[in-house]
Amino acid sequence: MELTGAQALIKSLEHEGVEVVFGLPGGAILPVYDPIIDSSIRHILVRHEQGAGHAAEGYAQVTGRPGVAMVTSGPGATNIVTPLADAYMDSIPLVVITGQVATAAIGTDAFQEVDTTGITMGVTKHNWLVTDAAEIPNVVAEAFHVATSGRPGPVLIDFPKDVANAKMTWHWPEQLDLPGYHPVREPEAAAIAAAVELITAAERPVLYVGGGVLKADASPALAELVELTGIPVVTTLMARGAFPDSHRRHLGMPGMHGSYAAVTSLQRADLLVALGARFDDRVTGKISAFAPGAKVIHVDIDRAEHGKVRRPDVAVAADCRLAIEALITGIAAAHDRGAGERLGPWVAQCEAWRERFPFTYDASGEAGVLKPQYVIEQLRAANDDDTILVSGVGQHQMWAAQHWRFERPRSWVNSGGLGTMGFAVPAAIGAKVGRPDRTVWAVDGDGCFQMTAQELVTASSERIPVKIAILNNAYLGMVRQWQHMFYEERYSEVYLSPDLPDYVRWAEAMGCVGLRVTEPEEVAPAIDKANSIDDRPVVIDFRTDSMEQVFPMVAAGSSNDDIIVHPSQRELPR
Amino acid sequence: MNAVATHHLLTLRVENKAGVLVRVAGLFARRGYNIFSLAVAPTDDERFSRISIVVDVESAPLQQVLDQLNKLIPVVEISELHPADAHEAELLLATVSVERAAVSDLEGRCAAVGATIAERGEGAVTVSFAASPEALDAFEAELATYPIRELQRTGRIGLPKLTAAR
Repeated sequence: MELTGAQALIKSLEHEGVEVVFGLPGGAILPVYDPIIDSSIRHILVRHEQGAGHAAEGYAQVTGRPGVAMVTSGPGATNIVTPLADAYMDSIPLVVITGQVATAAIGTDAFQEVDTTGITMGVTKHNWLVTDAAEIPNVVAEAFHVATSGRPGPVLIDFPKDVANAKMTWHWPEQLDLPGYHPVREPEAAAIAAAVELITAAERPVLYVGGGVLKADASPALAELVELTGIPVVTTLMARGAFPDSHRRHLGMPGMHGSYAAVTSLQRADLLVALGARFDDRVTGKISAFAPGAKVIHVDIDRAEHGKVRRPDVAVAADCRLAIEALITGIAAAHDRGAGERLGPWVAQCEAWRERFPFTYDASGEAGVLKPQYVIEQLRAANDDDTILVSGVGQHQMWAAQHWRFERPRSWVNSGGLGTMGFAVPAAIGAKVGRPDRTVWAVDGDGCFQMTAQELVTASSERIPVKIAILNNAYLGMVRQWQHMFYEERYSEVYLSPDLPDYVRWAEAMGCVGLRVTEPEEVAPAIDKANSIDDRPVVIDFRTDSMEQVFPMVAAGSSNDDIIVHPSQRELPR
Repeated sequence: MNAVATHHLLTLRVENKAGVLVRVAGLFARRGYNIFSLAVAPTDDERFSRISIVVDVESAPLQQVLDQLNKLIPVVEISELHPADAHEAELLLATVSVERAAVSDLEGRCAAVGATIAERGEGAVTVSFAASPEALDAFEAELATYPIRELQRTGRIGLPKLTAAR
């Protein structure tokens, strides 16, 4: 069968089981947009290429399948660099296809030419420039394999226009030719044995759970490990939902704005069992002061994470699910009958910290002032455990991570490593496309919302009924908080105004239902109204307290021992 | 020599595809690792090239450098060569200023170590020397007495000794 390169590309995507592509056409990618008309693949036309990338990320995060985005050359490609970097940081499988100028024009500064593979080399797991139409099926198959296996991540295929127009004879590769790519899966028995020895001897262990547990679909195995051992659990920002917040052993989220119990348990532990976590600086604080008395078992599918930040005592290079299952087998065989007694004082201590230092805020305040945490509590109360929560980056993100009760894997979508403002709206759209059966709420900041709100036009026109709760405090709130705490309240370029733009009218102009809430008693009815609308997006402009700050907080570069708790908790015994 | 303690020779077998050198060099730049020298050439198998890198491991632990390099898809194999277990070689070209009367002295020095004269010019001679990096260091120090106009070294390459335990 003879096909054009463009037809071969679309057929290859179909072979990979792609059901949706987020994209925006342009000159160099034009040939590929013709066979899309005849394809089973749904194309969602975004309004800005960044939106395509973040939507593909949201889709991937909730489905576990790779997200696919397609854009044109030059500015199309540069506009999707941010989502690539975001996905690279958070290990999200993406396949991005960029148009490129014709091969003969490459290097001539042709119209809409950029060195896309060069620009994206540092923010992709791998990228390809296709120079021969016959290679297309191979490259696509390799791209999906690399994106989804081992430590997942984004890949990019740069696709020159003449290659798209060239003829090729269709073939699908029987096997891939990647002699330098051998991702690990199974743990080594010796490493597991060494880990079991440490776990069954530890007196103050903590399971430090990261996003790798979600990627490996290891939540059931993790639950079993906790039942078997009774070891307390913390879940990082990327791992919220990997273990139920309602579980008695769950101490919450560690890190700069984590719970006192989670942060302090890591500091006082004698053993950290890091499961798909990477010792991010937002978790460790000052690294030389992090968990000073703890030995470390580090389970990660990426060997380069072992020792990158903290030297492990036992390194397990494996898929998290397989490693946890092997640990369960090893621990069960060790008949560690003393575990309950040995861990008793530690578990009691951790529970005491959790009871004494819950996430809290001053609910009384001035009459009529709307607290952002209250909005999130009400939002959670009105939605079930299967609801998917998406957030942008900043104070609202931290409040969402703190005050939402996560019970299910893949129910939380956010930008962790890169901290990409504007992530929420397009990622929520991608999440809703991936899981149309779920309610998808985005909690966004007013600053974030203004960066990518145009994608609500996409949502309206494609009938993707996402719900957006803007916690509108009229500020770039997290920057404001740092200026409050570390720059003597000298507020520099952080004020945004509560009513410019008018978010309700803007939402309505984009085909959404727009609501405004200024009083606490209006919160629940507005959420109920939003939940009753299923034929278009809804945006609620919550006018929240500008002065509110995120606590606890570990100042950047400080030791986690110097965690600053909420003012109401500062006199409590630690 | 101080350099020996902090410099490690890595030889990478990589897929012979466009952009592989940029991927390797870019990784070093991104992660803040220092390259002391670097040499690239095809191997006997046209599908692969060999990259020899002398890395300054003061800038990062060697294991971390190896692990990150291993993540590059076109990097097929990495060997770290200990000087005791490897044949190491490097090529030097140098043009030195030398008066007519001193040329025979220079020729004698070259002959003593096995370097060759590539060209004799007016007031200058270009010499070529392929040997171990340490021999090149010593020869370069001798040439510096002339003085050196221009000098280029390729960076070291290496293969494991047949007798080395692997």
